[in-house]
Amino acid sequence: MEQNAWLTDAVARVGADPPAIVRAFAAAGRHCPDVIGARTRLLRALPADVLPHWIDDLYRHGDPNEKLAVLTALPLLPLGAEAVPLLHDAIRTNDTRLLTAALGPYARNLDQHAWRHAVLKCVFLAVPLTNVHDLDQRADRELAAMVAALRAEREAAGRQLPPDAHRLLDRIP
Amino acid sequence: MRIFDPHIHMTSRTTDDYERMAAAGVRAVVEPAFWLGQPRTNPGSFADYFDSLVGWEPFRAAQFGIRHHATIALNPKEANDPRCRPVLDLVPRYLDKDSVVAVGEIGYDSMTPEEDEAFTAQLAMAVEYELPALVHTPHRDKAHGVKRTLDVVRESGIDPGRVVVDHLNEVTVAAVHDSGCWMGFSIYPDTKMSPPRMVEILREHGLDRVLVNSAADWGRSDPLLTLRTGEAMLAAGFSDDDVDLVLWRNPVAFYGQSGRLDLSDVADTGPLFEGSSILRGGS
Repeated sequence: MEQNAWLTDAVARVGADPPAIVRAFAAAGRHCPDVIGARTRLLRALPADVLPHWIDDLYRHGDPNEKLAVLTALPLLPLGAEAVPLLHDAIRTNDTRLLTAALGPYARNLDQHAWRHAVLKCVFLAVPLTNVHDLDQRADRELAAMVAALRAEREAAGRQLPPDAHRLLDRIP
Repeated sequence: MRIFDPHIHMTSRTTDDYERMAAAGVRAVVEPAFWLGQPRTNPGSFADYFDSLVGWEPFRAAQFGIRHHATIALNPKEANDPRCRPVLDLVPRYLDKDSVVAVGEIGYDSMTPEEDEAFTAQLAMAVEYELPALVHTPHRDKAHGVKRTLDVVRESGIDPGRVVVDHLNEVTVAAVHDSGCWMGFSIYPDTKMSPPRMVEILREHGLDRVLVNSAADWGRSDPLLTLRTGEAMLAAGFSDDDVDLVLWRNPVAFYGQSGRLDLSDVADTGPLFEGSSILRGGS
């Protein structure tokens, strides 16, 4: 219960004084067992007009777990496409947790070219495709061609694509 | 043998090292922020470096089943470059990160007024952020540097039990022992300390408050010299439990004072890891 008291107090402080989110966001894991949930609540406590600024700041200065919390919270926040640069950053990393988190529901704001390359990177790194939001709806023939080309490279080298990539190819008409 | 290397610069090491370390029983490391050989000239270089210490490097270590924590600070050498001084404004934000378990490396290189200022300011940060401090001692004029280090630590008001004074040797160990600070020893192929000399110091001064590290970095160094020290202890008649105290429980106790040490994946006493067989995740 003490953990909830910490979060309640932190949420109130962030609502009244947005810069207070810097230390609260970093420390949340040391006070709350559900750290993603706690960090989401802190983000939701921010006034809407300063939300884009703090999303960017907390992601840029965050450790991987903080970045992960920001990416996970994006679809739950009153945002337009402002946070797309964060997705580009996450997709550039080789941290598979961030790559996965970048392909959640907020990825609807990614253009199709960037989205295809992110999915292809998942296949390349053997990141499971189950967490790619709207995969079947969005997968197109160009993605299929890219995955098939990777399969040809792998097979030429005597290696295989992950099974979920084969299943994806089977599903694309 | 389970090994916690309390001071190693993994940024400068290869995946071959990670594999050999895991196979040797290294399950946890602390990587202190330090200099990189090539001097940096602006705070942005430090921000990227600190991000790597709490981001990419722990991810890389995890591929080999090794838990990675960091210490963050503006090091004494680069504290002398006015272009790097604004790094002191960057440090506090990193001190709030979950995987940061101390302020460090701080202390002296050439004992300049600039180093004095950075050392004092960062000891105050350790008190404010309730973190231990990892203090580097100079390689030149070491005995004088250690004495001055202990004076500054005393004046700062930090609990000496939350400070490790590192890179000690036969000449400097006694003063640190008497101060109540922890004693750090870096075991190197040629310089600093060797396993046999380390064993002699343990015989003379005991095992309490002692941290043994490889301090392996971009220079000639060896990440397995922690293991070699453990083997030298056993050969000299120390028990398995003595070795476990020095190479595991002591660093856990010291950095555990941060309240942030997370060894949940690696702390069990089961069989040793077996090199690449423990690879997981990623490419």
